[in-house]
Amino acid sequence: MFTPPTDPKKSVKVKVSQLCELCHARKAVMKRPKNLQRICKECFFSVFETEIHNTIVSNNLFHRGERIAVGASGGKDSTVLAYVLKLLNDRHDYGVEIVLLSIDEGIVGYRDDSLATVKRNQVQYDLPLEIVSYKDLYNWTMDEIVACAGIRNSCTYCGVFRRQALDRGAAKLGIKHVVTGHNADDMAETVLMNILRGDVARLEKSTSILTQSSGSPIKRSKPFKYSYQKEIVLYAHYKKLDYFSTECSYAPEAFRGTARELMKNLEAIRPSCIIDIIHSGESLKLKPKRAKKAPPPSHMEIRPDGSVSLQNEFIDGNRCERCGYLSSNKICKACMLLEGLEQNRAKIQLEKDSTTEGAAKLSRTLEKLQF
Amino acid sequence: MVRVIIEFLGGLDVIVKKQRQYKVDVQLDGKDEINVGDLIQWIVDNLIEHEGDVNVFLENDSIRPGILTLINDTDWELEGEKEYVLEDGDVVSFTSTLHGG
Repeated sequence: MFTPPTDPKKSVKVKVSQLCELCHARKAVMKRPKNLQRICKECFFSVFETEIHNTIVSNNLFHRGERIAVGASGGKDSTVLAYVLKLLNDRHDYGVEIVLLSIDEGIVGYRDDSLATVKRNQVQYDLPLEIVSYKDLYNWTMDEIVACAGIRNSCTYCGVFRRQALDRGAAKLGIKHVVTGHNADDMAETVLMNILRGDVARLEKSTSILTQSSGSPIKRSKPFKYSYQKEIVLYAHYKKLDYFSTECSYAPEAFRGTARELMKNLEAIRPSCIIDIIHSGESLKLKPKRAKKAPPPSHMEIRPDGSVSLQNEFIDGNRCERCGYLSSNKICKACMLLEGLEQNRAKIQLEKDSTTEGAAKLSRTLEKLQF
Repeated sequence: MVRVIIEFLGGLDVIVKKQRQYKVDVQLDGKDEINVGDLIQWIVDNLIEHEGDVNVFLENDSIRPGILTLINDTDWELEGEKEYVLEDGDVVSFTSTLHGG
């Protein structure tokens, strides 16, 4: 069930100093974090949508006739993204076909609720919806993985599997373009994290709006790259959009959480810092890498399964030997994780065993018990 | 006394008994005017169930960065933040932005 936020019923007397800086007619309701401009609701809708339209047009994100899949989690970003893309597609006639694509990780008490939100969105925005589950793709749900591998590693598994799952879901639908709701805060957070970790290889790529691995038929883009989280939440609030807002029941990524906290504190002092960090990230250029020397003819690669390759030829756009997914190694990360899991899977299962179902939710509830 | 509507959105309802909306009469001894600062203290004293959850709501005696505070749908920054004097019928909402998208 969705309960929209309450409308204030009061008629307000507006002072001249409170008027919107754009239309000078209505009361300003917000201060834009980007430029500290005070604007009213209507002007906010207009500038927010126009900025996204400009981002799409100036980066040539879409072309006419293209089918695009919106990675929809039911959360605020993807809900606003689906809404705004549909609106802009109708308004500016991009001529694209929008499909909602959701991943069901199989986390009882979290994902089932958020998927219910996506299903409502499907009806509200009249868009087709496709749900791809980890169970179908990998024969494991996240609840089962956590029961087997422990709660500590949950984000590693989930992250690796989700990336593939979106691509595979899109491939299943015959779609070559996946858009995600990553916003400016996420981008800045990632830049910051890569700097803090010294991960320069990722640093350069992390800010690009459109990414495509060579050899992969599926490209990804982030139309919200320059949209502040605060504005996305405000937009959803004012438009009374129906979104899901519970934190995942498994452990949140601790490092990202700390980086996020740091960013929020910085933003409170200097709101433009988010866009500034993205700008810094975009402007960074790595010194070109020295070309790798060809390995000597006697060089042999030992594969994770213990077999040995005689010819070693690394090509970008290499494919996993097991699943055919793009991978820089013989076997992709997902297949490697899966192999480890399979070896640990219980050989005998209880009939109608439901111990793993909602394992995270249950342990959270137990943690909260007080005496 | 002032009669206001308080809302906890974006998942923030978990700290106030999972109830999104409260219609409350706020009364403080010896005060004719109640401002948003008083209301925040009142929420901490009356609505937040577990003491440990106060840190989710407050940081350095003010609303934690990442929580959006609106007074009648207007960002509280434009209304004088804690100094805003509440009137009957005001809607004050707190929306968490710190969750997955």
